[in-house]
Amino acid sequence: MRHAVAALLRKDLRLELRSPEAVPAMVLFSLSTFVLFHFALDEAEVSGNLAAGILWVTLLFAAVLGVNRLFVAEREEGGFDGFLLAPVDRTALFVAKATLLFAFLAFVEVFMVAAFAFLLLGPSPWAPLPGLVLVLALANAGIAVVGTLVAAIAVQTRARDLLVPLIALPLSVPLVIAGARATAPLLADGGAGALEGRWLMTLGLYDLVFGLLAYAIFDFLLED
Amino acid sequence: MRAIELADVGRAYGERVALAGVTLALEQGETLAVFGANGAGKTTLLRILATLLRPHRGTARVLGHELPKQGWAVRGRIGLLGHEPLLYRDLTARENLRFHARLHGVEAQRIEELLDAVGMRARADDPVHTFSRGMVQRTAVCRALLHDPELLLLDEPLAGLDPGAVGLVAPLLKGRTRVLISHDVEAGLAEADLVLGLRQGRVALLGRDVSEADVRALYA
Repeated sequence: MRHAVAALLRKDLRLELRSPEAVPAMVLFSLSTFVLFHFALDEAEVSGNLAAGILWVTLLFAAVLGVNRLFVAEREEGGFDGFLLAPVDRTALFVAKATLLFAFLAFVEVFMVAAFAFLLLGPSPWAPLPGLVLVLALANAGIAVVGTLVAAIAVQTRARDLLVPLIALPLSVPLVIAGARATAPLLADGGAGALEGRWLMTLGLYDLVFGLLAYAIFDFLLED
Repeated sequence: MRAIELADVGRAYGERVALAGVTLALEQGETLAVFGANGAGKTTLLRILATLLRPHRGTARVLGHELPKQGWAVRGRIGLLGHEPLLYRDLTARENLRFHARLHGVEAQRIEELLDAVGMRARADDPVHTFSRGMVQRTAVCRALLHDPELLLLDEPLAGLDPGAVGLVAPLLKGRTRVLISHDVEAGLAEADLVLGLRQGRVALLGRDVSEADVRALYA
């Protein structure tokens, strides 16, 4: 399976580099949203719960753009059939796509967090950065797993652009709650607060549950 | 062991029956030519044999394995050349073939051999979206033959090829068990050991000694 995952990842990265679609869209969406919040809230700086809320909602909506594009090449250029004809474990496709989405999210977040700190965040971003990276990494894993699962369901339908947000956003509610609660103390005025272990555990549990679920059902999603 | 054994195989899309009651047997090394008008069920049959569609009725055995239950044992032994080239447009021919070679565990040397054989070596590093239809088809032939499949499933394999390319490609597709969909009745019959004619998803013609007139009647 390792070789198949590597082959799929290499192919997808090459396609994204050659004709960038998902990543630029996610970055631009995040930046535009922060600019809109900046003017809509009429506040120069935000912190604590409000800052965490803005960050997580923006991240989630940006992720939806990436999820929507995840299987498009497979669907439109016959990649599904090409993969299904190969003598490889079908879970390789899930692992490759989830890894790709995780990488896209991590890349986008570099720009996103920088723009957030510059445009909206009151407190210094440096002190909470290690904690924020940890929370984002756990959340990315959850978004990648659920996003890949939802994308695989939606891409089989004509209304895939509608289905992805309709399925992915409700499924992501626990992730947003845990992410925002974990992040809020980090972004509070007066210096970074401590990370609460229970929210990290919640994120970890979310990743585990949906990871196992995806592993169990992904094969069936590829059946006709 | 027979290459293909179908017993009362059928498939529906919702209420519409695309294929019904197909029963036949094909020996190793033989060619089954499938004829029928558009929408007759030819592609559905091909996709069932390729393990890409489940039959809703009957039993299908390919290379000694029952589908879809043992599809995993057949994948990698089948080469499919259908309407879609199964190539990524933004990748070059060589990158596409490398990708499929990795999935099938095939050495890179085989890619170069096939590119040479179909006369595509000079354009191998150009993106597929810059190719003519014939060049896409030649690359798709390489993709289908990469893993040296025992069974070839071919849907109009020479479509879009100029006479020179036909001369390069046609010999590569011979010498193994084949299911061949063709609208070129004369050429299809010349290749066939067994002929299947479909009309509205049902078997209208099946035999080893079939006349051209019988096949043409399928399109009337």
